Amino acid sequence: MRLRRNLTAWSFLAPALIGIVVFFIYPLLSAVYFSFTKFDLLTVPEWVGLANYRRMGEDPFLLQSIRNTLWMVVVFVPIRIVSAIGLSMLLTQLKRGAGFFRTIFYLPALAPPVAATIAFVYLLKPGTGPVNTFLAWIGIEGPLWFNSPEWSKPSLVLLGLWGIGDLMIIFLAAVLGVPASLYEAAALDGANAWHRFRYVTLPTIQPVILFASVTGVIYTLQYFDQAAVAGSIASGQAVTGGGISSAFGFPEGSTFTYPLWLYTVGFRYNALGYANAMAVALFVVALSVTVILLRRSKAFSGEEQ
Amino acid sequence: MTTLLDRPAPAAPPTIRQVRRQHRLAWIARHSIAIVLAIMFLTPVVYLFLLSVMTSDQALTSDYWPNTWHFENYVRVFEVTPLPRYLLNTVIYAVSATVLMLLSSVPAAYALAKLKFRGRNAMFLTVLCVMMLPPQVVTVPLYLMWARYGLTGSLAPLIIPMLFGDAFCIFLLRQFLLTIPTDYLDAARVDGCGEWRTLIRVVLPMARPGIAAAALFQFFFAWNDYYGPLLYTSENENSWTLSLGLASFHGVHHVDWNLVTAATVLAMTPIVVVFFFAQKAFVQGVTLTGVKG
Repeated sequence: MRLRRNLTAWSFLAPALIGIVVFFIYPLLSAVYFSFTKFDLLTVPEWVGLANYRRMGEDPFLLQSIRNTLWMVVVFVPIRIVSAIGLSMLLTQLKRGAGFFRTIFYLPALAPPVAATIAFVYLLKPGTGPVNTFLAWIGIEGPLWFNSPEWSKPSLVLLGLWGIGDLMIIFLAAVLGVPASLYEAAALDGANAWHRFRYVTLPTIQPVILFASVTGVIYTLQYFDQAAVAGSIASGQAVTGGGISSAFGFPEGSTFTYPLWLYTVGFRYNALGYANAMAVALFVVALSVTVILLRRSKAFSGEEQ
Repeated sequence: MTTLLDRPAPAAPPTIRQVRRQHRLAWIARHSIAIVLAIMFLTPVVYLFLLSVMTSDQALTSDYWPNTWHFENYVRVFEVTPLPRYLLNTVIYAVSATVLMLLSSVPAAYALAKLKFRGRNAMFLTVLCVMMLPPQVVTVPLYLMWARYGLTGSLAPLIIPMLFGDAFCIFLLRQFLLTIPTDYLDAARVDGCGEWRTLIRVVLPMARPGIAAAALFQFFFAWNDYYGPLLYTSENENSWTLSLGLASFHGVHHVDWNLVTAATVLAMTPIVVVFFFAQKAFVQGVTLTGVKG
């Protein structure tokens, strides 16, 4: 009986199990093995020991891509969370048109990243874009945005804020889930709007903030599409040779995120062994972040609620 | 609201009229902020659309309002670019990935949510790890694997894995299935239904909103995917999807900003249409993945 129950369950899970083994565990183990070898698409892997890992310490572009990704983690993730909480608080305060505004704020999150990035590159064109035209009109000289090494990442943050909708929906549900009795109790104690937010809303939605922070870091560790497209489109260069742009990272490597540099190393320079060493390092970092989430979050525990 | 009345007054307690006025001012302030933000959220799309109906000469200027409206740009972009091909590939990818994902992920999610068996927690944790870890970790070995079978340059490496479940969708479906009362399942079992029949006859009809949310996620993911097509299909332009095509349009048609933006608007449109038809399921899906934290 018990055996049969186990068998039934695993028959439901068989496809997923095969998928995990073939498309995840096997390639993961291969990546670890390949990280100790040197090869490209035409040669067979040759054992080089720790050479790839040593090379990581001497690769200036890698260090730059780590700095870029860290910048995104430190700036992008908190700004997104604070803005999403702000938007969701605003929505709960609206008496009229809340549904309408919710839809407007949410929709950009669904835009294809490539399309959204193109929109922002045009919007932020230094010479002729509407944003700089508007800034000039109110007397501010606009920056070069995607064309400047200092402003390219802030431009990506703006793009990320435009697509904040999914995070906003998550916080909106959390804020709406705060029991009204807590607010009433606070009101009796004479709490004003800020106090109610600070001492009632924030502590109650704290688990959601943790969830958003960890998933935000994970998202940033794999941040690829927008950085790749922004670099190649802002550079104005033709994308040739099968879509692998020589303009990734433009300007001056300021948009090389870690995964983008990994991709470039692997598929543009064909240094596949080295790319795998970078992949293993990424795995270690991402796994540690994931473990934090699994340990802290109830939703992720395997137990039945 | 009694809040404002209860607040300890600095001097004299505010009169009813003062409170009303304060309320009205706050109402106006909040709605003004919302309207300004809404305009900012809409600007990129509106600007993109206005560019797309300009002449190619005007699109290069700093004008934001078309002198003359050229809706024929939306026809021309189909003629002068391989957009029809890209569109077809994107539809093939998105539809087949969604259908295959559902076939493989729903049973897996059901087992994880409602069946008791050895190794359930381990399996669930593994699914979570696969869901959370960056795809770039296994990119190179996977690429080599598909290249060995001669399938790079096609959409097969993106579609075939969906036969074997998608970690995120399994997680989403499991979270939804947990909300279905087990009593219904027990009733079916008492009536002599096997697990497969219970799943098909009892669970599927009740899980329709969750299935819709997972299907939408998968569809949107495939429709928007750039990394996958870039990795596997960039060597063969016949397999390019919209995202990949768009990203390279600007290089090829770099003076035809009106056409580039027209294609960009076209890439966004189906997503918006699908969203309006399925708004409720979608918002519920987003909520389900985040809130239970």
